[in-house]
Amino acid sequence: MVLVSFETFMQQLANGISIGSLYALIAIGYTMVYGILRLINFAHGDIFMMAAYFMIFSMVSFRLPWYVSIIIVIAFTVLLGVIIEKVAYRPLRNAPRMSIMISAIGVSFLLENLATYLFTGVPKGFPDIAFLTKAIRIGNISLTVATLLTPIITIILLYVVLFITNKTKIGMAMRASSVDFETARLMGININRVISTTFIIGSGLAAIGAVLWGSKYPSIYPLVGVMPGLKCFIAAVLGGIGNTTGAVLGGFILGMAEIMLVTFLPALTGYRDAIAFVILIVVLLVKPTGLLGEKVTDKV
Amino acid sequence: MKRKLSLLLCLLMVLASFAACAKNEESDVIKIGVFEPLTGENGGGGLQELDGIKYANKMYGEVLGKKIELVIVDNKSDKGEATTAVTRLIENDKVVAIIGSYGSGVSIAAGDIIKSAKIPTMGASCTNPMVTQGNEYYFRACFLDPFQGRVMANYALQQGAKTAAVIMQNGDDYSVGLGNFFIDAFKELTGDPNSIVDISEFQVNDSDFNGILTNIKAKNPDVIFAPSSATTAPLIIRQARALDIQSLIMGGDTWENPAVIDVAGEYAEGIVLSTFFDENDPATNEAKVFVEGYKKELGDKEPIIPAVAALGYDAYLLIRDAIERAGSTDGDAIKDALNATKDFEGVTGVINFTEEGDADKNIAVIKTVEEGRFVYIDTVEVK
Amino acid sequence: MINQRKDHNIKAYILLFIVFAVLLTLLDLKYIGDEYVRRVLNLAAIYTIVSVSMNLVNGFTGLFSLGQAGFMAIGAYTVAIFTVPLESRASIFYVVPQNPALAGIHIPFPAALLLGGLLAALVAILIGIPVLRLKSDYLAIATLGFSEIIRIVFTNAKTITNGALGIKSIPKMPTMWVFFGVMILSVAFIVFLINSSYGRAFKAIREDAVAAEAMGINLFKHKVMSFAIGAFFAGIGGGLFASLLGTVDPKQFYFTMTYNFLLMIVLGGMGSISGTVIASFIVTIGLEVLRFFDNPLTLFGVTIPIFRAGFRMVIFSALLMILVLFFRNGLLGQKELSWGMVRDWFGRLRRYKR
Repeated sequence: MVLVSFETFMQQLANGISIGSLYALIAIGYTMVYGILRLINFAHGDIFMMAAYFMIFSMVSFRLPWYVSIIIVIAFTVLLGVIIEKVAYRPLRNAPRMSIMISAIGVSFLLENLATYLFTGVPKGFPDIAFLTKAIRIGNISLTVATLLTPIITIILLYVVLFITNKTKIGMAMRASSVDFETARLMGININRVISTTFIIGSGLAAIGAVLWGSKYPSIYPLVGVMPGLKCFIAAVLGGIGNTTGAVLGGFILGMAEIMLVTFLPALTGYRDAIAFVILIVVLLVKPTGLLGEKVTDKV
Repeated sequence: MKRKLSLLLCLLMVLASFAACAKNEESDVIKIGVFEPLTGENGGGGLQELDGIKYANKMYGEVLGKKIELVIVDNKSDKGEATTAVTRLIENDKVVAIIGSYGSGVSIAAGDIIKSAKIPTMGASCTNPMVTQGNEYYFRACFLDPFQGRVMANYALQQGAKTAAVIMQNGDDYSVGLGNFFIDAFKELTGDPNSIVDISEFQVNDSDFNGILTNIKAKNPDVIFAPSSATTAPLIIRQARALDIQSLIMGGDTWENPAVIDVAGEYAEGIVLSTFFDENDPATNEAKVFVEGYKKELGDKEPIIPAVAALGYDAYLLIRDAIERAGSTDGDAIKDALNATKDFEGVTGVINFTEEGDADKNIAVIKTVEEGRFVYIDTVEVK
Repeated sequence: MINQRKDHNIKAYILLFIVFAVLLTLLDLKYIGDEYVRRVLNLAAIYTIVSVSMNLVNGFTGLFSLGQAGFMAIGAYTVAIFTVPLESRASIFYVVPQNPALAGIHIPFPAALLLGGLLAALVAILIGIPVLRLKSDYLAIATLGFSEIIRIVFTNAKTITNGALGIKSIPKMPTMWVFFGVMILSVAFIVFLINSSYGRAFKAIREDAVAAEAMGINLFKHKVMSFAIGAFFAGIGGGLFASLLGTVDPKQFYFTMTYNFLLMIVLGGMGSISGTVIASFIVTIGLEVLRFFDNPLTLFGVTIPIFRAGFRMVIFSALLMILVLFFRNGLLGQKELSWGMVRDWFGRLRRYKR
């Protein structure tokens, strides 16, 4: 345990919020897919990685301005997400849960290998979006605009997602499907449409997450999505998988926990990734429904 | 039906593997094996090194009146894969010598196989001492981590540094090795065991260094030494500067990679690194020719020549030269010829080998980044 | 009639074994094949041990566990730490010296291998007691988490494992029989186990845990048992792996390694031992055969641009996807390879030709 100055603490707090909000943003996609399909979408991190590459191509190779690029990137990423669902998950919907998870692992493996083949392992620089990477100084705390903006964007998007799920018709269908698939179908809900919508929203958020991530950590390589993917899943479990607000909360807590470990127990920085897994296991054992999740009864 | 089809496919695969084994040999070419990570974690560096080797093959494609054929295998940055890849080169492709690999871990794994098969092997950029240790068939064209760590500690001292912080990648043998050699050298040179104010480690595939950098900022060291891959280096540099850390940031040879400047942008200005060669100050005639030709070859693929490409080029030339002098493709003859190498004019300087088979280089080039380019500042000699 | 056929089958099995033993001995004595073939086959034998043990847990007991890489790491490191010759230790632990409690201990390979397996099983029991209460995908992610924690601990325990620098100079095995012998023993043990009353309990749990419990099967005990035995053999596989490679470091045991074994059991059929054995060999050999795709291909003087580094892995993962989507039961599903099946295949094959 080390004592740190107030300034250092504030800076670390800002670091924690910044990384936490990124985790939160990506975790929403995980939690939505899980809520509906009961599937850990192992490929989510790799969809995120592809989104980052789309952005590079759009801005560097085609020299499009960033605001156009973001729209294109979201469109392509959504398309990718929907295609993956159609090709790899839909045919297995009635198969055992293990099969569909293996399929998700397979998609993740394929996307990583494809990216290595197409773009090589040489890291590519993420294009500078000038206003996002500008540094601001508040007292002795240094931040980039992206760092400040990420939590705000995350909160706004959280509200958008909550609005969709709570106030719109498709949202109602999504909630119904997440409670009981079969009954929802019997009630005349188009399950395929509901699932596609879920993947559209999830992949869209992954695309926005990739743009913000890239602006903050501008080194993009084929395995860039692996760690964020795992950690955001952990964040989603921590908050209560299936619960959108919980995912955001879990993301913030995880980011904070990692940074605080580094701040107060610097001797243990080597265990930073282990912290995430320890949190995961403790949550699974103590409160498997997570912080905000509802109790799900087992169907025998 | 489906099952039968899949079974048939499998059978075909097995048959194909036997067919591949039974391939007969042509004797009008001399085969040199190249094992490099072309995919996986180190895929980037491996490709750059391979490009240098291929270019060398293009320039000097013949030895003993025969054509040299490169047999390239990918080791996926994975030790298990590396051992089968090297065995394949030796047994299946019957190569007479091997070049590789980027990344010391895979080279060490392959070392024992190379030793028992008696195939002389030339490492291009694997800097870990364990690679050639106790292995008379493994040579290398580059200097070693202990030397490099000492060079950087020396340079830091020359710049008036009294305190240093070290950032290492937990789980990466290169980074941990070099970092520790720097720590030892710096403590010894300053004579102050407390001169290293902070040692931090980060995880494989980590992107966020704000936490450790904020800790380092609080301790305000004169220099930060952060040996790391070209993937993580620019992120460390950027985040340090964004946090308003003014310390001198230093790294190892892996930093001399266009990707570092490309990704770190203006933040890369002023970083210091040690490397093997300088394209603006060719050490030998060979280097002059190489720089000119390779620049053209690269075109606008990369703005500067990566040091590992130069080392790959040298590794190839060293092997070719040894085969020429040995006058045969016998493993022991080539090994002896390599040992007898005297003042070989390579791109990265004049090369002789020590008893362990390491390039006896006591010179390292120190470079910095100015206006988006790597710029030579000093040549350091350490005895 | 039935008895006669059974008799005939046993004879055929013995014949098959003799053919196998002769082939292996010829390979081993270097009459046929070369070092490359031997190495690939040894690797396949090791992968067989690990994937069969994973199938025991995943395929037969229905527990979706992704912890195999971590258990392998335990076995591999046990062998590495205790069998490296004492005189070369100082040069290996050149950054941080080895823990003095371990520095003087040298254990012969068979004992170290067994110890590695037992340690892996012990860790599995400790992990299993809390974790095995979890359901399918939660269990998967928790075991994956533990596998990563094991790797991270090994990375950081520098005085024991030499951290990131890894350990080299692990003694080599002189004969292929070490790998294949252990493989045969392991597979035989697991086959024996599956056909025992324990095995029936495992399968009952897989089919319907609630019903199994109602039948008086102690769910928890059997789950932990299957998990621990699976880990034991993964540890043994890891120990052999370390000795085959001659070197270990923590990066090898990244969680993605488990995916390879997952692929093998999916290909072979979840719940089929013979399928898994065949699949392990197909995948290991297949990955080498597919190297063909990594090299530039020139057909009729035209270089086909898609053949370059990395293409092999794309093909490999695409094949995996095709398998998962269209051949969900793998080669054998839950069945075992038998003479009847082979006869059937040939019979159908003949009918097709007509």
